[in-house]
Amino acid sequence: MAQYLVLIYNDEAALDAAREEDPRAVTAEHGRFAAQHGAALRGGNALEPSSTATSIRPDGAGGFTVTDAPFAEAKEGLGGYYVIEAADLDEAVDIAKQVPTLGGGVEVRPVMVLD
Amino acid sequence: MTAGAAVAAVVADAHRREWAFVLAATVRVTRDLDLAEECVQDAYARALRVWGDDGVPRNPGAWLTTTARRRALDLLRREGTARRALPLLVEEEAVPDDEEDEVGDDRLRLVFTACHPALAREAQVALTLRLLCGCSTAEVARAFLVAEPTMAARITRAKKKIAAARIPYRVPPLAELGERVEAVCEVVHLLFTTGHAAPAGADLIRRDLVERALDLARMLHALLPRRPEVTGLLALILLTDARREARLHDDGSLVLLADQDRRRWDRAAITEGIALVREALGHRPPGRYALMAAIAAVHDEAPTADATDWREIVGLYDLLVALWPSPVVALNRAVAIGFADGPAAGLDALEPLAAEPQLAGYPYLAVARAEFLHRLGRTDDARLAYEEALLLTENAVERDRLARRLAQLGR
Repeated sequence: MAQYLVLIYNDEAALDAAREEDPRAVTAEHGRFAAQHGAALRGGNALEPSSTATSIRPDGAGGFTVTDAPFAEAKEGLGGYYVIEAADLDEAVDIAKQVPTLGGGVEVRPVMVLD
Repeated sequence: MTAGAAVAAVVADAHRREWAFVLAATVRVTRDLDLAEECVQDAYARALRVWGDDGVPRNPGAWLTTTARRRALDLLRREGTARRALPLLVEEEAVPDDEEDEVGDDRLRLVFTACHPALAREAQVALTLRLLCGCSTAEVARAFLVAEPTMAARITRAKKKIAAARIPYRVPPLAELGERVEAVCEVVHLLFTTGHAAPAGADLIRRDLVERALDLARMLHALLPRRPEVTGLLALILLTDARREARLHDDGSLVLLADQDRRRWDRAAITEGIALVREALGHRPPGRYALMAAIAAVHDEAPTADATDWREIVGLYDLLVALWPSPVVALNRAVAIGFADGPAAGLDALEPLAAEPQLAGYPYLAVARAEFLHRLGRTDDARLAYEEALLLTENAVERDRLARRLAQLGR
């Protein structure tokens, strides 16, 4: 088995609107996903909106540049993640397809095992 | 031919025919693409020496497979535990070793691994050439006119992703098969179109790519005989490539379809293609490649250019536009209308395509407009359109043809 990080990208405006309409609906969808794929889940959480993100880049001279905003700017923002376990990429993709997203999608990345 | 040259020719032939078969069977043992490739290359090198001394074996593919697998087992044994720590291809389950029937499946696994949707299209094409056709990195680089180090990096990246992300080495389950076969067909079709009318460079036809694409389509059809999209693709390649010998003048310049000497068309390929296209069209609704093949068949069946059934072609394009609404298909449909209903109707059909951003840099739109304007006697407008086409064309042979056309129009 291998571990994959599933990064959840949402359209934050759509997410806000959905939360305004029914704050429990989004959580409930993730609850359903977690119940269905509990065996594969190794962790995960929601993240505060990308407006709360801080990016830190080495400046190349031994110091750092700390800036407001997420590392990569996109229409969609990183909204949360799961760590899942799957036999191969096809299985990971099958699970990731069922992660609820709002106006966005997910990225799947193998976790490098360091030992 | 000397004895050495004769053996070299047999080995080259075995390379072309058996590479995918030998590699696929070796990957089963190593579960590691790089190691398998190394061992297969080794087996071919040995064949050159051994077949020269002992004669060519009755079944070269089996000899090469045995040699490559033996070498792989040898290396794996020698490296022992070190090899086990390396990322391996994921195999669904242990497969029994007596595999006569499984071998076809092995090659399919290789195709679906190379064309996995998690790989970039350019990597899919490069890996297909590399793993299924046995092309060297230099050959793959040459095929796509990129520098060899660039292509080497691309192939390395793709193989690393296969190992790190654990792209499975298997034929996809039935539920996903349709989608995945479509992706494989697209890769083979892309190879064919790149070879049929090279987008850049000195030659109009890249025979190497055309022949690789034809080999791949034949292999796919042998392995998946009941997939209509594969049948349609093989038909399309056969029916289009049947005109190859008539497409060039002796000096390498292009002969338009209407001016080709139809006696030089490959009748055997046309007959085979037509039988396949009939079979593919039997499935409802007909697929994209089957429809394109049917259009090629209408051209191939016309005894003269004037006898071409353009109405039938427009009808097929109508179906194709509905199924595959791409601007290039719409352009071809407009050209067919111009032949069926006259240049004024053709020009009208081209009109809405001028605003299509995807066609902004596409020379054939300007060429089609130029031809229709010319036939309508609007010489000045035609000249402008030819000049526009010339600006957009990068293939030397096509540039030359357009320049001649402009010269004919005079000043």
